[in-house]
Amino acid sequence: MATEPATAFDKIWNAHLVARLDDGRDLVFVDRHVLQETTSAIAFAGLKRSDRPVRHPELTIATQDHVVSTRPGRDEDSYAGGRELMMLMRANAYASRVQHFGIDDPRQGIVHVIAPELGFALPGSILACGDSHTSTVGGLGALGIGVGTSEVEHVLATQTLALTRPRNMRVRFEGKAGTGIFAKDLILRAMGELGVAGGRGCAVEYAGPAIEALSVESRLTVCNMSIELGARLGLIAPDEKTFAYVKGREFAPTGEAYERAVQRWRTLRSDQGAPFERDVLIDCDSIAPQVTWGTTPEHVAGVSEHVPDPATLPDARRRDSIAQALNYMGLEPGTPLKGIPIDVAFIGSCTNSRISDLEAAAYVVKGRKVSPNVRGLVVPGSMSVKREAEARGLDQIFRAAGFEWREAGCSMCVSINDDVVAPGSRCIATSNRNFENRQGPRSRTHLASPVMVAAAALAGHITDIREDLVQ
Amino acid sequence: MREPVSTVEGVMALMPLANINTDAIIPSVYLRTASAELGKGLFGGHRYDEAGNEKPDFVLNRAPFREAKLLLADENFGCGSSREAAVWALLSYGIGCVLAPSFADIFYENAFRNGLVAAIVDPATFQALKVAVEANEAAPRFRVDLAGATVTGPDGTSRGFRIPASRVQALMRGDDEIAVTLQHQDAIETHYAAAKGASDWLFPATLQRSAAS
Repeated sequence: MATEPATAFDKIWNAHLVARLDDGRDLVFVDRHVLQETTSAIAFAGLKRSDRPVRHPELTIATQDHVVSTRPGRDEDSYAGGRELMMLMRANAYASRVQHFGIDDPRQGIVHVIAPELGFALPGSILACGDSHTSTVGGLGALGIGVGTSEVEHVLATQTLALTRPRNMRVRFEGKAGTGIFAKDLILRAMGELGVAGGRGCAVEYAGPAIEALSVESRLTVCNMSIELGARLGLIAPDEKTFAYVKGREFAPTGEAYERAVQRWRTLRSDQGAPFERDVLIDCDSIAPQVTWGTTPEHVAGVSEHVPDPATLPDARRRDSIAQALNYMGLEPGTPLKGIPIDVAFIGSCTNSRISDLEAAAYVVKGRKVSPNVRGLVVPGSMSVKREAEARGLDQIFRAAGFEWREAGCSMCVSINDDVVAPGSRCIATSNRNFENRQGPRSRTHLASPVMVAAAALAGHITDIREDLVQ
Repeated sequence: MREPVSTVEGVMALMPLANINTDAIIPSVYLRTASAELGKGLFGGHRYDEAGNEKPDFVLNRAPFREAKLLLADENFGCGSSREAAVWALLSYGIGCVLAPSFADIFYENAFRNGLVAAIVDPATFQALKVAVEANEAAPRFRVDLAGATVTGPDGTSRGFRIPASRVQALMRGDDEIAVTLQHQDAIETHYAAAKGASDWLFPATLQRSAAS
């Protein structure tokens, strides 16, 4: 029997469809739910008010990442401002029999780092979390759906989400990325070409040889920033690398069940001729290391380029918005990106805090010193990443160079903990957002890959990692 | 149960910028507790200077826009973080309707769940509303009617906006979305049982054990 060609997204979505609702939305089953402290507290309060139980506590895990301190030797009092939310998370998880990985648990870490790491996110599953970067798990071939607090409550109470079905979009990365070009550069380049609304309403499948060549951890980085493209989620069809990555992880299926799972996961590829409403191509051969210069992730350019000059732009609205961004960033039109001095270098966040990210950064840092004008932080994405990095001696490399070596958490990506960029200071960060005030009031953020951030920390200014590697 | 919403009436403020993100709508500094006064933090970065004083040129710091009940913004309003506090901050301030040519997905979902009307206007309507506010700066009073999906200006001109009929009904009824979903409880359980049968590996013993622990 001939069946219509389907996308990987369609196959997973259809397998989770509980009901088509009268309002045109789909009710989908959520296999996995991850809770973090900032979006769950009010969701639990809502459940309590309505006297509704957590329907599937066994399909739910909880951790603390946003408001935790990452100071070495931290405890729940290290950052007093986070205490209320941390205590609520602990109490709510206990009362509802949800497994909780607090900062005293060896599994604690950023939600999007620990979900893959624990084998909690699996290929072909739907995973929800009250954080927009849930799309990260798309790197495993899972549908990661980032939601707000009401929907966290909705999942807790029903184990489902009522969602408008996203449209299919594909971004194909053709060609071969050169030396010094990382997953972060690929997705930032896509941002620059497609814009922050380029994927709105879509499930974006990333495909092509440059994606197939990536490690699973790098694929997580690519999918992480799908929300910055405006997409509902990002996805990379699982392959043998994915299956090997999942094997043996704490919550992953084992033995014969794993073999059967792999049989199913092998089918989760978009069929030849599957319908994509939008199909775009990014040429990887020409990608330079990417750095943002403005206040949205689409304000990005190759490191050898210059900050744009709004005066040369014909469109008045675009001219004004770029002028405003440059004003906020304290940058003159036409300034070369290379050479912009920085005050802070942050390696961490759900985008780039995995062991491969730290390894790449340590390779650049080894035997060298952070510029005396720069504060450098390395914040592992999870306590497991931290232990592994220490076992490989990466912490020693960072410390010897003058970087701070921290505990796991969101840290300087989100500025609702004690890691904040001072007003007017300029930070180069491996995180995902360079919005005004994102890293603290009047903070200025440049987004880049871990090696670019490491190289900038050493040089004291934005620099081209390709030249750095040649030295 | 949410309060039913059928109209939003009052002053319309303009923030005709594209890509206003949820970090800008409610800065992170207001999100450290479960009990923050979010209305005070609305557009905090735009609204206050470093000393915490109001910036006189920001629209919500000027009469009559201090009393704004409606907000007109440009493309992709509410992009960025999933923080639902962005919706709560708007509502807490008193804004019951945002009109824009497009909204970011998560914000759009969050809005309706909380009774905030997210009205999609075409580019011509966007321009016309902007002109109408500017022409009536002393009393830019508008009225949004959900039943007809119209926005009526100070001069009595009505213009249409887009909003799914199902969203209108849910807003006007004040639906509790969880209660609505729980009407599908049997279908959910049937699905779960079937999924477990077909893909037992998706629900491994490690997860089952943890629930009992």
